[in-house]
Amino acid sequence: MARPPSRRPGINRKAQYSLFASYVVAVAGAVAGLLLVVIAIFDPTGFAGLRTVTAEVTRPVSVGLKNMVSGISSVDEVLAAYWRAGSQNVSLRRQVETNRNRIIEARAIAQENARLKRLLKLVDEDQSDLLTARLISSTSGSTRRFARLNAGRWQGVRPGMPVRAAEGLVGRVDSTTPNTAEVLLLTDTGNIVPVRRANDSVPAISTGAGDGSLEIRALSAGRNPFKPGDLLVTSGIGGIYQPNIPVAVVVRVQGEIAWGFPLANPSRIDAVVVERAFEEVVTRPDPAGAAAETAPANAMAAP
Amino acid sequence: MIDPHLYHVPRLGRHPGRFRLAGTPVIIVMLGSALTALPFVAQSPVMPPFGLLLLLAWRLLRPELWRAWIGLPLGMFDDMLSGQPIGSAMFLWTVTLIGVDAFEHRLVWRSYRQDWLIACLAIIFCLIGGWFFARITGGGEIRLFLVAPQMLWSILLFPFVVRQCARIDRWRVMA
Repeated sequence: MARPPSRRPGINRKAQYSLFASYVVAVAGAVAGLLLVVIAIFDPTGFAGLRTVTAEVTRPVSVGLKNMVSGISSVDEVLAAYWRAGSQNVSLRRQVETNRNRIIEARAIAQENARLKRLLKLVDEDQSDLLTARLISSTSGSTRRFARLNAGRWQGVRPGMPVRAAEGLVGRVDSTTPNTAEVLLLTDTGNIVPVRRANDSVPAISTGAGDGSLEIRALSAGRNPFKPGDLLVTSGIGGIYQPNIPVAVVVRVQGEIAWGFPLANPSRIDAVVVERAFEEVVTRPDPAGAAAETAPANAMAAP
Repeated sequence: MIDPHLYHVPRLGRHPGRFRLAGTPVIIVMLGSALTALPFVAQSPVMPPFGLLLLLAWRLLRPELWRAWIGLPLGMFDDMLSGQPIGSAMFLWTVTLIGVDAFEHRLVWRSYRQDWLIACLAIIFCLIGGWFFARITGGGEIRLFLVAPQMLWSILLFPFVVRQCARIDRWRVMA
């Protein structure tokens, strides 16, 4: 096929000028776009307000579809469960039996804990939870990992608030619109979370790798202290995340870096809890006494 | 046996409305951009940039339809939904359209394969550009390898997208 002749306006002056003007507009616009990106280098959420309209318009669609597909998304898990169902059944039954004993032990410890706290007159009022909402969609085509939350400014969500699920940490709120919020997921390459190993408080920094895994670097110099199977929880440093939220499990160690997987998979979990920023909870005047004292202690425990 | 597509024939003396002629491609591209509203929480960039694929499909299918500046409003809409910094697609899509114009200017013969080649280059340019912009605007150390799978199946998906655009185009120009 020969090239269509439409791009050559011929000798018609008006058509020539019109074509030229269209290129001028296009180039000027492209430069303006580049400037917006340059501004975003210094102020990443500066023009996030522009997203308000689209976020609010697409919200009902996403919520409606989410209600329909929440059952479908776990189909692959259901199918995989049939594979080796028999042997899995036996091993799971054994596991249940060992776990039962542990649960009884844990219950006893919890009771003892409550009794000891009462002795210390420590009032443990957890006022950090703000609300429960659902993740309705995500930036599935971009290299950044944002998810959209079905609650926003009018519900009290503010940028910087941590978001977690029952299984562990999900991320933190990046920007808000009246009824939705963008959550920067744990696996985003720009999300840095201070963590510690659950059993012996070895401090580390977790950064997302962008592909669903986490890059964990120990803060101590020298040999990499992590090994596969280590459980990481938030350390509470930095004042955003509450201490002791489960974050990830280490799966592979490679030189200085340990690779981990988040315990809460945002594509599987149904509801997430938005919490108040840790510092805000600690420094709030009313339950100050008890909470403010524990904060420096935590910070000391995991320097 | 008559081709089923031929049942729907334009009637004499009827023309499609101006809104249908001009609006359909724009709306289709915007719908492609809006596919990120689907309720999936992805763990890595898996979804092909449907807005870009549809834009390229329409541009290569109907060269006379748009001038290069159409990349600005459509790119801005895409930025609002894609999670990339605002201005990223505005710049990349417009530059891509100018590039396609320049490419077409030099090409004497053009067929389906040349179209696919142009689209390949455009997809690679836009995805690497998007990766770069995400990296410099607070994305941290993103590896380029991360967008490779997305690039691959965007390129493989392009012929299918063109085919669907052509189908819609037939409806668009028939009254």
